Amino acid sequence: MGLTNTSTGAGAVDGGLVLQKNRPEDRVIALAGNPNVGKSTVFNALTGLRQHTGNWPGKTVANAQGQCEHRERGYVLVDLPGTYSLMAHSAEEEVARDFLCFGGADAAVVVCDATCLERNLNLVLQTLELEPRCVVCVNLLDEARKKGIRVDLEGLARRLGVPVVGTAAGRGEGLEELMDAVAELTAAPEAPAPPPVRYLPPIEAAVEQLRPLLETRLAGRLSARWTALRLLDQDAALLERLSETLGWDVQRDEAVQKALEGARGVLARSGLGAKELRDCLVSRLVLTAEELCAGVVSCEREERLERDRKLDRLLTSRATGIPLMLLLLAGVFWLTIQGANYPSQLLSAGLFWVQDRLSDLFTALNAPAWLHGALVLGVYRVLAWVVSVMLPPMAIFFPLFTLLEDFGYLPRVAFVLDHAFQKASACGKQALTMAMGFGCNAAGVVGCRIIDSPRERLIAILTNNFVPCNGRFPTLIAIITMFFVGTGAGMGRGVLSALLLTGVILLGVFLTFWVSRLLSGTILKGVPSSFTLELPPYRRPRIGQVIVRSVLDRTLFVLGRAVSVAAPAGLLIWLCANVKVGGGSILDWCTGFLDPFARLLGLDGVILMAFLLGFPANEIVLPIIIMAYLSSGSLLALDDLEALRALLVDNGWTWLTAVCTMLFSLVHWPCSTTCLTIGKETGSAKWTLVSILLPTGIGMLVCFSVATTARLLGLA
Amino acid sequence: MSEYSLSALRVGQSAYVAEIQADEAMRRRLLDLGLIRGTRVTCTAKSPAGDPAAYLIRGAVIALRGRDARGVRLEGLCPERAPAGRTALA
Repeated sequence: MGLTNTSTGAGAVDGGLVLQKNRPEDRVIALAGNPNVGKSTVFNALTGLRQHTGNWPGKTVANAQGQCEHRERGYVLVDLPGTYSLMAHSAEEEVARDFLCFGGADAAVVVCDATCLERNLNLVLQTLELEPRCVVCVNLLDEARKKGIRVDLEGLARRLGVPVVGTAAGRGEGLEELMDAVAELTAAPEAPAPPPVRYLPPIEAAVEQLRPLLETRLAGRLSARWTALRLLDQDAALLERLSETLGWDVQRDEAVQKALEGARGVLARSGLGAKELRDCLVSRLVLTAEELCAGVVSCEREERLERDRKLDRLLTSRATGIPLMLLLLAGVFWLTIQGANYPSQLLSAGLFWVQDRLSDLFTALNAPAWLHGALVLGVYRVLAWVVSVMLPPMAIFFPLFTLLEDFGYLPRVAFVLDHAFQKASACGKQALTMAMGFGCNAAGVVGCRIIDSPRERLIAILTNNFVPCNGRFPTLIAIITMFFVGTGAGMGRGVLSALLLTGVILLGVFLTFWVSRLLSGTILKGVPSSFTLELPPYRRPRIGQVIVRSVLDRTLFVLGRAVSVAAPAGLLIWLCANVKVGGGSILDWCTGFLDPFARLLGLDGVILMAFLLGFPANEIVLPIIIMAYLSSGSLLALDDLEALRALLVDNGWTWLTAVCTMLFSLVHWPCSTTCLTIGKETGSAKWTLVSILLPTGIGMLVCFSVATTARLLGLA
Repeated sequence: MSEYSLSALRVGQSAYVAEIQADEAMRRRLLDLGLIRGTRVTCTAKSPAGDPAAYLIRGAVIALRGRDARGVRLEGLCPERAPAGRTALA
């Protein structure tokens, strides 16, 4: 769940990348690397930005940029999406390759995982073919040390022919040296000349036939050797880019076409067709990486792998995988509910004490009643509710979830849940985007870019809203606590709350499976596409960093967003409640109008209205309900959940109202930011409309069925 | 020449890749992960339903669904807990 200033809200809606240089002489450095090697951590450490990091592949789905200053020179760092290759097989690979080719980078840094160097070197070799001004950053050296892996950095630099720097970006080790190497490289008049990967003789001969001509055409803008290899490999996407970016239409360039024909003839005579050529190219890269690695990496292999494999078996096996997953989920909720209880009460007592003092102040100043009403009873009171209800659970839930994420647990969840997605003809990576949705559905929708197949991506986007985001958690927790568990402290009650909340989440997950399956069988028919999912090594979570980052970046950011929506909403609802039209307030008219329909769903007019007003941010639904009830009744002293419960019950809430409100909170239209993001990601008004109507329809159906059944059975 | 596929490996078993029969996109992806002919693979875990399964490929653990793993043909089944080898034939 990538949830920071840049990945949620408007930042989630990604536009094209325009390089922002502070000064014209600033240098542009592209940051490439395999998924999940700590690239974003390096990026954050250097730029001071907070691109979300976590131990699972595919968090960075678009180019991000940031500035950094080193020894009085400015650099623009561009964080490319993580890729295994630059052969442009997927959207991320194409983005990464296009930037390296045409983005105007002065140099590249390839970030590698020291614990899995061999696979990473494949990308290094490919990058070197394209951009020799390159620094290799061997990251996660601390993890490697723990696992008894040693990397001979100097030996690697000698063999590769470019600078190699070791780092442990999570602890800030080696970053200074990394930037020194970058500075030296970009200042040098000549680019390094790394020894190229040598392919089979007929391939080398074919390349030689093309190279001189390509050198004149490209005039140094791209490596001629690399371009020759791609032309031989019939890379259609690159041809398009060449004509777009360099204005060079290869297919109409007769001299090049002729040379290409000749070169293909050379290959054909050696029995190298298109498929054989590609296999030879890839195999040579893999084997070169293997040879390089064998010379510079030493490790006690079996031993280091054993612990991870044991954990894998425990966390994913038939006997223990699913029970442990549920236990962890319920455990996280238990800690959240139990831990949030007391601070929540304290906060609301404090904030409402402040409200009384504000009222005193307004009275002392002889302020008009309407001003006091609008500002204190409207704006301030809603803000106080939002803060006291939301802040404590978020400040506990986010760090806990981030710890699990940092540890590397999320890909294991995807692994365990994949079978269900497989049955729904959907992609297993949907479990990852679903987990992102726990943080913010808009971020989850953007995260769906990790799914390659357009059909499966659309399914993941349309169903992301079925897991409740952080904006809905506090509402769910508050209702569970008030109506089903009781508000006192005590172990048993906390456990019961956690179990109930887990049940609600499981219902959301079940709906995700069910709707995915429904979509696959109807409007999005198709067979599941192939995919690979990496299960990264477990890492010891960086506890201090996780707490600081998740509180500062996520909690306060999300709270800030909620507050900025809640303030005007508070004003609006106060005005609606106090402006009288024809004998009743506007609020009465609105809720009265909605009431008959809402009652069918087990809700009431006020609740439905709160959901409608909560369109910009789900966080404010409960505060709006409270405001609306308070505005029409006598003023209560509401300083804890018990008083709140009394208020709700006075306004006709039963256990059925509570259940239906929770169900509707779980399944209704996505918030405005998510809708915008869906529009942007699908590029289609039709699918955006489906994404709104689908959960709304299902939510209404579910609430109606539950309410009607309960009423018919005489339970409520 | 190859009679069994990756999906037939049991947890803890290792073998060498003989060839990859998959659609072009998947074949490329598997090649990018270093799954070329002669690469040693070990099955490290199976999910609760038995499908997907996880495989150790050149130091990284990659999960594949059964229908995709079936396209990776194997040869030379290694005894369990054999010393880790590298590429057998290139």
